[in-house]
Amino acid sequence: MTQYVLMFVGSDEWRETSSKEEIARGYAAIGKWWDELSANGVLKGGEELAKGPGTATTVRRVNGQMKVFDGPFIESKEQVGGFAMIEAPDLDEAIAIAKSWPGGDVEVRPIVVH
Amino acid sequence: MAAVFREEAGRLTAALVRSLGNFDLAEECVQDALVSALEHWPREGIPPNPGAWLMTTARRKGIDRLRRESRYQEKLAQLEEAPVSTRSAFPDDRLDLIFTCCHPALAREAQVALTLRSVAGLTTPEIARAFLVPEATVAQRLVRAKRKIVDARIPFRMPEREELAERLGEVLAVLYLMFNEGYLATGPRGAHDRDLAREAEWLVGLLASLMPGEPEVLGLQALMRFNLARADARFDAQGRMILLRDQDRAKWDRRMIDDTFAIVGRFLTMARPGPYQLQALIAGAHADAKTWEATRWPDILRSYDALLALSDSPIIRLNRAIAVWHTIGAEQAYVELFPLAEQLDRYHLFHATRGELLRALGRPDEARDADRRALELTENPAERALLQARLG
Repeated sequence: MTQYVLMFVGSDEWRETSSKEEIARGYAAIGKWWDELSANGVLKGGEELAKGPGTATTVRRVNGQMKVFDGPFIESKEQVGGFAMIEAPDLDEAIAIAKSWPGGDVEVRPIVVH
Repeated sequence: MAAVFREEAGRLTAALVRSLGNFDLAEECVQDALVSALEHWPREGIPPNPGAWLMTTARRKGIDRLRRESRYQEKLAQLEEAPVSTRSAFPDDRLDLIFTCCHPALAREAQVALTLRSVAGLTTPEIARAFLVPEATVAQRLVRAKRKIVDARIPFRMPEREELAERLGEVLAVLYLMFNEGYLATGPRGAHDRDLAREAEWLVGLLASLMPGEPEVLGLQALMRFNLARADARFDAQGRMILLRDQDRAKWDRRMIDDTFAIVGRFLTMARPGPYQLQALIAGAHADAKTWEATRWPDILRSYDALLALSDSPIIRLNRAIAVWHTIGAEQAYVELFPLAEQLDRYHLFHATRGELLRALGRPDEARDADRRALELTENPAERALLQARLG
């Protein structure tokens, strides 16, 4: 078994363009996905990140000193909005789980075992 | 020797990936064995069972490599215990190998390089020469791809049934790109260079023998073979490109064309049409015509219509316009080019085709402008020579 992190990527635009009902339906679908995979033992954990890159702070090493900056590491309309840790036998299985995600785009990364 | 390598390299790699469970290591061992064969065979002759010779050598190389890494004790035992394999003694796992090399999680150039290297046994310098890119670039692509297979755990197996159609499409796209790269070769090649178009044809033939029930595989095989059958007529003695209409059809490989129609017969009886089969039908209609004038354009136009219904693209529409020209007329064809102007403005063949049509319509000045634009957009020396000749 390999552990993968699924990083959920998207922009916040859909919140502004969707109705309250649509947003509620979206969260319900995500809740169902989360519960089912947790019950299967596939999902090992994960969180939704606070809304929007506006809440992000980046600490960068600049000339050997750690400096604090407002904003995400990479400025982009698309941001990581949450993550999940899953366990899968191989990448195909992890991709299949990522495809079943009811939200937006997903980056799949294997975890290094030391 | 090239033929032996091509036949054996994929089998060996596949068998070793299976027993070692490590793509990177298996691939390195096979390359070591091939290098070793390059040293020994020219002096000692090709051994009676080259597959077994290579397998024994690859395993010995593998054992050497593993000894250096204590973590792999377990694998080492596996490798030492495996029976000495001969061609018939180990199953053909090349299909798993092909699907792994063409996994969608790998970039397209990496898929192509990896397939050539692992399945067809080309060396890194051979791949670099075939694509006219520096060897270091190919080496880096291969290293990255193999590392990803290992680290991200890309599985060594055929995809599940529900994934198969999509994944087979990926494999065919890799082979199609490989073929085009060779067939439309954009630069001079040495006599010893491996011809990508023929490698791709060999690979699709292998795929067809391993998956005989897939009509699109046969479609791509037929498409490649119809084109290869005309290869000798495509350039003159000075290396200048000769257009289809001006080719000496006596130079076409009639036997290959006839054999390929048998492949067409096989996919037609399966009655599951697809884009490669339709393109094969178009190439077949050209190959079948005794003269340019005898070309069955209405059949070709029908195939293009079916192709458009399956996957609409401006390139297909451009090619279809040529069939429209010869079936209906130049005026109608010219009208159909109009909506493509924006999307294909940077595609040289759009302007070259426009130039031909304008000339047919008796508008030589505009035709020259179109040819000039086409010339600006292509680097291919053969195509440039053709356009320059047209411009006078």
